[in-house]
Amino acid sequence: MDLVLLSRIQFALTACYHWLFVPLTLGLGVVMSVMETIYVVRGDEAWRRIARFWQKLFGINFAIGVATGIILEFEFGTNFSNYSWFVGDIFGAPLAIEGILAFFMEATFIAIMFFGWEKVSKRTHLMATWLTAIGTMISAWWILVANSWMQHPVGMEFNPDTVRNEMMDFFTVAFQPTAVIKFVHSVCSGWMTGAMFVVAVSAWFLIKGRNQEMAKKSIMVASIVGIIGTAFCMFAGDKHGVDIAKTQPMKLAAAEGLQQGSNEAAFSFVPGIEVPHMLSFLATHDWNGYVWGINDLKEEGEKQIAEGKMALEAFRTYRENRETNDSVAQAALATFNEHKQYFGYGYLDSADELVPNVWLCYWCFRLMIGCGCIVALCFVLGIILGWKDWLEKYRWILVLFLIGLPCVYIAGQCGWIFTEVGRQPWAIQGLLPVKAAVSSVSAGSVLTTIIIFATLFTALLFAEVRIMLRAIREHNDK
Amino acid sequence: MTYLFLQQYWWLLVSLLGALFVMLMFVQGANALVLCLGKTEDERMLLVNSTGRKWELTFTTLVTFGGAFFASFPLFYSTSFGGAYWVWMLLLFSFVLQAVAYEFQNKPGNLFGTNTYRWFLIINGIFGPLLTGTAVGTFFTGANFQISKDSMLMGNTISEWTSAWHGLEAVANPWNVCLGLCVVMLAITLGLLYIMRNVDAAPIRDRARKGLMIAAPMFVVLFLLFVGYVLMKSGWAVEEDGSIVIEEYKYLHNFLQMPVVAALFLVGVILVLIGVVVGLFMPSKPRNGFWFAAAGTVLTVTTLLLLAGWNGTCYYPSFADTASSLHLQNSCSSEFTLRTMFFVSLIIPFVLAYIAWAWRTMDKTPISSAELQQTEDKY
Repeated sequence: MDLVLLSRIQFALTACYHWLFVPLTLGLGVVMSVMETIYVVRGDEAWRRIARFWQKLFGINFAIGVATGIILEFEFGTNFSNYSWFVGDIFGAPLAIEGILAFFMEATFIAIMFFGWEKVSKRTHLMATWLTAIGTMISAWWILVANSWMQHPVGMEFNPDTVRNEMMDFFTVAFQPTAVIKFVHSVCSGWMTGAMFVVAVSAWFLIKGRNQEMAKKSIMVASIVGIIGTAFCMFAGDKHGVDIAKTQPMKLAAAEGLQQGSNEAAFSFVPGIEVPHMLSFLATHDWNGYVWGINDLKEEGEKQIAEGKMALEAFRTYRENRETNDSVAQAALATFNEHKQYFGYGYLDSADELVPNVWLCYWCFRLMIGCGCIVALCFVLGIILGWKDWLEKYRWILVLFLIGLPCVYIAGQCGWIFTEVGRQPWAIQGLLPVKAAVSSVSAGSVLTTIIIFATLFTALLFAEVRIMLRAIREHNDK
Repeated sequence: MTYLFLQQYWWLLVSLLGALFVMLMFVQGANALVLCLGKTEDERMLLVNSTGRKWELTFTTLVTFGGAFFASFPLFYSTSFGGAYWVWMLLLFSFVLQAVAYEFQNKPGNLFGTNTYRWFLIINGIFGPLLTGTAVGTFFTGANFQISKDSMLMGNTISEWTSAWHGLEAVANPWNVCLGLCVVMLAITLGLLYIMRNVDAAPIRDRARKGLMIAAPMFVVLFLLFVGYVLMKSGWAVEEDGSIVIEEYKYLHNFLQMPVVAALFLVGVILVLIGVVVGLFMPSKPRNGFWFAAAGTVLTVTTLLLLAGWNGTCYYPSFADTASSLHLQNSCSSEFTLRTMFFVSLIIPFVLAYIAWAWRTMDKTPISSAELQQTEDKY
């Protein structure tokens, strides 16, 4: 297999594994913090036991999240060394800030949270729990700033003498709308995951007729956190759609399998079932808004590639002559500046390369939304049934809560697969294709590390799930 | 703040983070000996729970070190990680094993059994410091790479590693291995001093003290050998015009031209030695050894890394192509990014302060079997 594909597989593998654990950390962090707050405010021992139980599960999950995360950071260097230089001036900063601001906060206060129950006061402990949860969200902020920048690069300028992009405006990079939207969407999907996890585990207790009081209280808190998460997640998802239509039209076209652009684009729920004009509305908030199709974008792409090749050629001339023949170099630089917007397209050979995997984008997008709706329904039912104290009355709804758990994970995974596959062929949208971003290592080496990580992470995942199940099964709330 | 100042400043920060990481590898050092220091299950639980309250700091420092290096010297990140692929991958691999080992080792249903996870800790305890030391050795001994920014335009890679071993060839140079083993012994020395401070169990403290009698002298010998070698060897120097030449006794010259760095280096070494002596020969106050040695380690490693990068030195020399060697000016981020990150770095003292507060709060009394028996808050 070729190096580019293998490098992508390795990154995808580690990212997907990482995202199995991170959303639970994000969501469970909030749920357990709310529970501990109730304990501190009311002084009720029952809430203390509840909070501690979920914190224990948080700990099991947190460890493996950390383990899978460290690889990702370093993979930018190990597998994408062109990338690391070409945009490292911008991209490194959020990673460093994440470490300084967030990781130390998590690492420090999680130790107090776990081992400090008898060493610090109630309030200090509560603060530590919240700081752990907030730390996970600050961390999410900065890594999503980095990812958003890959989707929508802003605030930088190409420097022809260092052959890289350099940061011009930090605040644009750190707070661009794409990043804000992505943060809300991803973190709230994490809240949904954590909340769904709590609801599902509690439902299992109720089905088994064990720890009922704890389960009912947990479902109430989690459903509320979950429904808030869902509301913001949907709101941001809508904004995300409009943002993608502007900044990554090909991703949107691929998600819909839309071949021809249209002012009355229909949204298809599944092939064959369509609502006219709905895609136009979702993408532009106007029932007759224009949505680009794959073929139109390919036509555009032909021109962009031609310009990109001119830019690349002019840039080569500039680099070859800049020390020997100043006038030739300056002329080449002027040509380059004229076309430099499409510099990255110069690496592509044909417009066909511009189209990501339509099948994968189409289905991941639908699975994400479909599964997300089931999860949202669970939260609504959780709140109503919890409020009326009917939870034990409707066993089938408890079974639905159990089904919600795989759904929330499928939704999260599909969301990321869609957003990353949809960006292809780019590592950084419009700036650097993945095939020009990789390191010069042998395909065999990458294949070997893929096998090592796949084996290790799978083994650890099995261990983690078993430990989790045992901890749940053996839990006795008294 | 000039561009030049910012480059030096960021090298100082990266060096400091690297040094803190080496110091915090006392976790690894103690883990490497977990089966020797603890003879009963009770004792092993004590040891695991003692370092288990600190491991995340070590891990986080490694990650932040990576992030800071990326943000400030991206060409190093690009060249070394992509080139010396296997060294870094194996290092990460060992840290992945460690990250789950604490949480999983004593939990029912952990699939592989307690001993497997303890071995994960031991593997990381040895290979973590060994690979770190070996990799850092190449900062002085050099590595096999060529850099051409223009090659990116031809559809190639900015840097090529000229050894097919992709980093593992570093082991072929005995001096890299010397530093690797030296870091292992340092980690063990610090780990033993930490255990003497943090674990309240006489048999373990006795064993730790005996271990220290072996590990500390081995560390000192390896350290002196490596430092002696570095001070006698030539280095890659950056000229005024940016060209790179090989200068005899470059590192010795660096010390002589930067007397403050040299002085701090000496203070660091003395502090480490004081720490060891206190741990070994002051039976009434052996607990105090750790902080002397820890502070000394931070000073020594920071100054050693300053020696590698400051004063116009190539901190990542290439013997495949001298002109490709990395120094602060040719590998750093833009002035704008370094300045922005300078302001971010002003948060660091605040971070250190809350870590210190948490550390003090949690470590007021050493951990004991009695405590572990009473509490559920343990691994």
